Amino acid sequence: MSMKKLSILAGGVAAAAITAGAYAQEPVSLTIVSWGGAYTQSQVRAYHEPYMEANPHVTIINDDGSANALAGLRAQSQAGNVTWDLVDMLPSDAQLACDEGIILPIDHDEMLAAAPDGTPASEDFLPGSLGECFIPQIVYSTILAYNTDLFPEDAQPDSIEALFDVENYPGRRALQDRPGTNLEWALYADGVAPEDIYDVLATPEGQDRAFAKLDTIKEHIVFWTEGAQAPQLLADGEVVMATGYNGRIFDAAQVEGQPFEIIWDGQIVEWDGWVVPADGQNIDAVMEYLYFATDTQRLADQAKFISYGPARASSAPLVGEHADLGIDMNEHMPTNPDNYFSPIVLDNDFWTDYGDELRERFANWMLQ
Amino acid sequence: MAQADAGNADLMQDASGQMVTADGVPLKQSLKRAERRRKLVALGLVTPLLLFLLVVFIFPIGQMMWRSVDNPQVVNALPLTLEALEGWDGQGLPGEEVYAALASDFRTDMERPRRDQFSGPLGVRLNYELSAARGAVARTVRNVPDFEPPYKEAFLDSHRLWGDVSLWRVIQREGRPLTSAYYVAALDRQFDDDGNIVLRDENRRIYINLYIRTLGLSVAITVLTILLGFPIAYYMSILPMRYSNLLMIFVLLPFWTSLLVRTTAWIVLLQQQGVINESLIAVGIIDDSGRFSLMYNMWGTIIAMTHILLPFMVLPLYSVMRTIPPSYMRAAKSLGATPFTAFRKVYLPQTLPGIGAGAVLVFIISIGYYITPALVGGQSGRMISNEIARHMQQSLNWGLAAALGTILLIGVLVLYWVYNRLVGAQNLKLG
Repeated sequence: MSMKKLSILAGGVAAAAITAGAYAQEPVSLTIVSWGGAYTQSQVRAYHEPYMEANPHVTIINDDGSANALAGLRAQSQAGNVTWDLVDMLPSDAQLACDEGIILPIDHDEMLAAAPDGTPASEDFLPGSLGECFIPQIVYSTILAYNTDLFPEDAQPDSIEALFDVENYPGRRALQDRPGTNLEWALYADGVAPEDIYDVLATPEGQDRAFAKLDTIKEHIVFWTEGAQAPQLLADGEVVMATGYNGRIFDAAQVEGQPFEIIWDGQIVEWDGWVVPADGQNIDAVMEYLYFATDTQRLADQAKFISYGPARASSAPLVGEHADLGIDMNEHMPTNPDNYFSPIVLDNDFWTDYGDELRERFANWMLQ
Repeated sequence: MAQADAGNADLMQDASGQMVTADGVPLKQSLKRAERRRKLVALGLVTPLLLFLLVVFIFPIGQMMWRSVDNPQVVNALPLTLEALEGWDGQGLPGEEVYAALASDFRTDMERPRRDQFSGPLGVRLNYELSAARGAVARTVRNVPDFEPPYKEAFLDSHRLWGDVSLWRVIQREGRPLTSAYYVAALDRQFDDDGNIVLRDENRRIYINLYIRTLGLSVAITVLTILLGFPIAYYMSILPMRYSNLLMIFVLLPFWTSLLVRTTAWIVLLQQQGVINESLIAVGIIDDSGRFSLMYNMWGTIIAMTHILLPFMVLPLYSVMRTIPPSYMRAAKSLGATPFTAFRKVYLPQTLPGIGAGAVLVFIISIGYYITPALVGGQSGRMISNEIARHMQQSLNWGLAAALGTILLIGVLVLYWVYNRLVGAQNLKLG
């Protein structure tokens, strides 16, 4: 409530300033790149709309370019014409861009708001989530989901092992067409403990083991590329189970009423967040926006629209009900203790080191 | 005739016997001048197109080809190290002086402004050749300012790869401004320890099979469009104009529809719970467990692409068939040929220019096709362009993408040359 009052107050002050003409601010338009779909919508409603209301001189333009964000950043930087002001991307790509110097390093305590109790940003964000150039917003997870209509009531799948068990759970499965997540699950289902997975996967024997496990279901796999395809394949009945992003599956199940269930066992957890392109044309305005959009309340607000966990510890207690559906969002958060019982934390260092090689091997495996 | 006479009257001969025009200019010169003027006008008319092609076609393709051999990363980042490595024979780890040079290269790099630093691109480049090399560079470079001699020990402590001879071989091999490494990788080959080019491990070979598959799918689609397009084009050519125009609209209507819409429509038809499977089950031809997998495999790519490319075959065929007088067939039959012989000996040969043009169009378009295979092709229906797109957008290995693209371009040019030798490009008739 006080937050709302404050923003009304701020809006009033801004309006007064404009009418007075004393501090009329130059209109500025920010191009913000994100993932599109339900995810961009959650950012529009939690961040963009309140910010534009409080700062009428700012216009925010959404660009759904995040799937190819690193390629876009590189191309814009090489062409010397940076048109993106803020980009939502994965931490592994952010680290690459950071090493190449095409995005700005972030001084988190200096540039970001502290928690309401005064905890500095660097301590408030979840451990390991902050990057040199990266400001996390959410924790998302890649999970296995299934269509409850396609299994008998007494034989619903409940673990990652079901993914590899075509005898007891027959039908096609949809997996993403890249090695990340698939190899981890192959080892996990083969009995490797979550914390050992990347050590095993770094050895040639471990890689052979993962591919051998995938071989057992190869004839039953349909591959997907874009996040929206997984719920689509499930809804069409093309597959009986699919790996996918938990927010997309939540959206399909709760908002569209699809008969989907999420298996939280072995969920693969990763961050997603903001980076600021170097040489952007509105860096000051972007920094002001970021200070607002990454504060405790705003991150908690985003969880009203999509089931991704806020990246700040102080936001967790503020997570409430879905804005339109009125259901409690806490039980749908990947980080809820009921769901977070056997998580695999995606190791970006591993994938930057071994990604090139494993992507080739995976592509070869898919083509065989 | 009268005109020619009038022209002659204007011509005179000068003293030396040369032909001159009325104003005394030698005829040759006058003709040449007129010719030159015509050429200039023609050139002026085509200049905009030439410039356009140069800017949007030749220049980008040249740039792409350049990227496939351009290799500045190691040279830029490690000048001193490369110098120190010059005498190294590739056996055993290099000596302390090389590690010292590496340390000073990294120090120099750390002093540059962030965005001018070479170590980021260096790590990415080395990682293409050797897994974990990016980590070795990234995790070492920021600590180097604190390193104390002996540097060799400091580097070895910092990351295991600095003690791995293969990393040093890669640095030495790629320490040149031009590289063949992207082409080596694009042909499923790699360098062995002695620097020879050998086939990759079986489980990392991708591209050669994919090129062959792309060729095979393109040929299959071309043949299918000929088989399907020929009867339609023939029927349209013998119908009276008003009926054939109606049919033409049916051929062109999908042509005017967005590619994505058409592909999505195929998804609705072909999927396991889709229209075709449901209808077959409804009439009892197959049962529920026997649904056909018509997409997310090769069949999806072939069916959807054949449909999408069909107009490219029908249009040139139709335009050629329209010009074949029906009396030829009647004459052949009246001379005793069976309908089949008449078709084979008289009609078919005359349609060859249309078949040739359609086939070249369909084949060359399909060999570079990308969206449709990505949407309905699953894994077995993927083509080489999908792999090129993946390296452009996801793995961001633009050098490899450029090498794959260049090989595809050269392949198409070679095929076109072969076609030209066999059939002759002058026999193409596009309408």
